[in-house]
Amino acid sequence: MRGEVIRRVPGGIAALVLVGLVVAPWVVDDYTTAILARTLALALVGVSVALLTGVAGMPTLGQTAPYAAGAYACAVVGSRVSDIGVVQLVVAAAAGALLAALTVPLVVHARGVIVLMITLAIGELVVIVLGRWRSVTGGTDGLAGIPPVRPFWGLPALANDQARYLYALVVVAMLVGAVLVLLRTRAGLVLRAGRDDETRLRASGHRVALHLSGAHIAAGAIAGAAGSLLVVAQQYISPADFGFDTSALLLLGVVIGGTASVGGALVGAALVIAVRDWLFGVLPGHAPLVLGALFVATVYLLPTGVNRARGRLRPPNAPAPQPDQPAAHDQTTVAELHR
Amino acid sequence: MTGLLEAQEISVRYGSLAALDGVDLRIHDGQRHALIGPNGAGKTTLLNVLGGSTRPHRGTVRFDGRDVGRLGPAARARRGINRIHQRPAVFPTLTATENVVVAALPRVIPRRRWWPGGRRRAAQRLAGPLLDQMGLTAVAAVPAGHLAHGQRRQLEIAMALAGRPRLLLLDEPAAGLSAIEVGRLVELLQALPRAVAVLLVEHRLDLVYALSDTVTVLRDGQTLAAGTPDEIRTSPLVRQAYADGVA
Ligand SMILES: Nc1ncnc2c1ncn2[C@@H]1O[C@H](COP(=O)(O)OP(=O)(O)OP(=O)(O)O)[C@@H](O)[C@H]1O
Ligand SMILES: [Mg+2]
Repeated sequence: MRGEVIRRVPGGIAALVLVGLVVAPWVVDDYTTAILARTLALALVGVSVALLTGVAGMPTLGQTAPYAAGAYACAVVGSRVSDIGVVQLVVAAAAGALLAALTVPLVVHARGVIVLMITLAIGELVVIVLGRWRSVTGGTDGLAGIPPVRPFWGLPALANDQARYLYALVVVAMLVGAVLVLLRTRAGLVLRAGRDDETRLRASGHRVALHLSGAHIAAGAIAGAAGSLLVVAQQYISPADFGFDTSALLLLGVVIGGTASVGGALVGAALVIAVRDWLFGVLPGHAPLVLGALFVATVYLLPTGVNRARGRLRPPNAPAPQPDQPAAHDQTTVAELHR
Repeated sequence: MTGLLEAQEISVRYGSLAALDGVDLRIHDGQRHALIGPNGAGKTTLLNVLGGSTRPHRGTVRFDGRDVGRLGPAARARRGINRIHQRPAVFPTLTATENVVVAALPRVIPRRRWWPGGRRRAAQRLAGPLLDQMGLTAVAAVPAGHLAHGQRRQLEIAMALAGRPRLLLLDEPAAGLSAIEVGRLVELLQALPRAVAVLLVEHRLDLVYALSDTVTVLRDGQTLAAGTPDEIRTSPLVRQAYADGVA
């Protein structure tokens, strides 16, 4: 019920996974380490998708937009202004938050499938802009040769894949921790309430649109920060990193993970991205097809994941399913009146 | 004495059906006002208009001396109009306590204003006693979606009270409750501070007579009669209306 998969998994396994993540770069080769670092960035975007889809009830296909905004902001700042990781993270998160804030009017009043369509359009629009705005983004060629990051003033630059991976791991752990703390506050409680029943929330005096805007901007900041991790991991970005397939995969991963669960989103998103990368090698050219089939299967086989978002996937005016409404009491009242 | 709530000439149409047709209603501070009438009379529609979830086609609603006609349900709740719905509306995945906390948050007064978590703690302090009053302490940690129908209705009443209402709109609060639960409800409503005005929609006339000091009878979207419970009880017009409404 709590939706936090990580809690249901015995603590031992969670700890084991964590240990595995820490030692991974010394076990696998450099190439795989780099891929793992990128996967961490995408898993963090997955957390922002879960925040919107599962917790706030706004299913989204557009988190690649703030992700891209953060990545490009970080790449530009990293190449021209500062190689300090903290600076890049803050700039990237701010860029993601800003883009999310700009799109707030488009998404907070829409519901369900409409949100999916609008966010999808926003994501695609951003990719188009990235391809055209050559002077800043390098167009479809992207931006390359971004210098390696220094996490903090006075620290050395992260010169190898292991170090960059560990940097990404630490940042993801801290941000996920922050999200988990946030969800335990009043804000998280009100968001879950809104996902359950927006009308009821309004009837209690809550400014629902304001809460949703806040969630949208916070999710944008997280995705933006993830964008900066992508830059650190790859030292190269192009519009291809932010296409529709990435959005769809992340939503798939989050649905597999159980939408409302931050831990589940991390695992689900990482899993799906890993499967994609593996399929690219095994079945060149057919990966999208396999993943599409997987998506359909997931939606049918894991209704609980999808159900979590049902509060807003239902058309706005449709009544909530209501089992037992006693209707026959009117007869007795009339009898009483005539007594 | 001017009214806390004054609704004038309220009309609501659904297609060709006039759900409300020029209804006036005035509720004073602390008044216990009942609204009765056969099915489809427009009682719920009138509550929706007062609560702000339905815009009337004609008419004005004033609360506490101000025109609130343009305000939505949230803004009206923040001014002190709270309601329970004919179908109990609660947050199914939240526990009973969390439901009350969420409902309390907008109007709660924290002890230290800028202390992080202060509002939440203040809301939490409200929740315990309210759940206790409604007999829900045993299920305080149970998700509301798992509660029985009657419990959900009681939970929604606790939520409405958590919002520190000045006007409480109750749409059939006793429907679906057991005899014990109805007894508890009557006690609770009788014990409400006099500052809280109540508009009670209820089919059970024994409750109406026990709880209200004024009764308005609606039928086919129009006010048929208004008066004290005694006047209404003996009014032939009202008996006739109820007989027709069921026939
Ligand atoms: N959203 C709506 N669309 C169309 N017609 C509606 C709508 N809401 C209410 N009505 C109609 O308006 C009339 C008044 O309905 P309302 O729910 O206010 O009655 P009520 O007095 O609350 O009845 P009950 O005792 O059954 O709850 C009814 O004829 C109803 O069918
Ligand atoms: Mg009704």
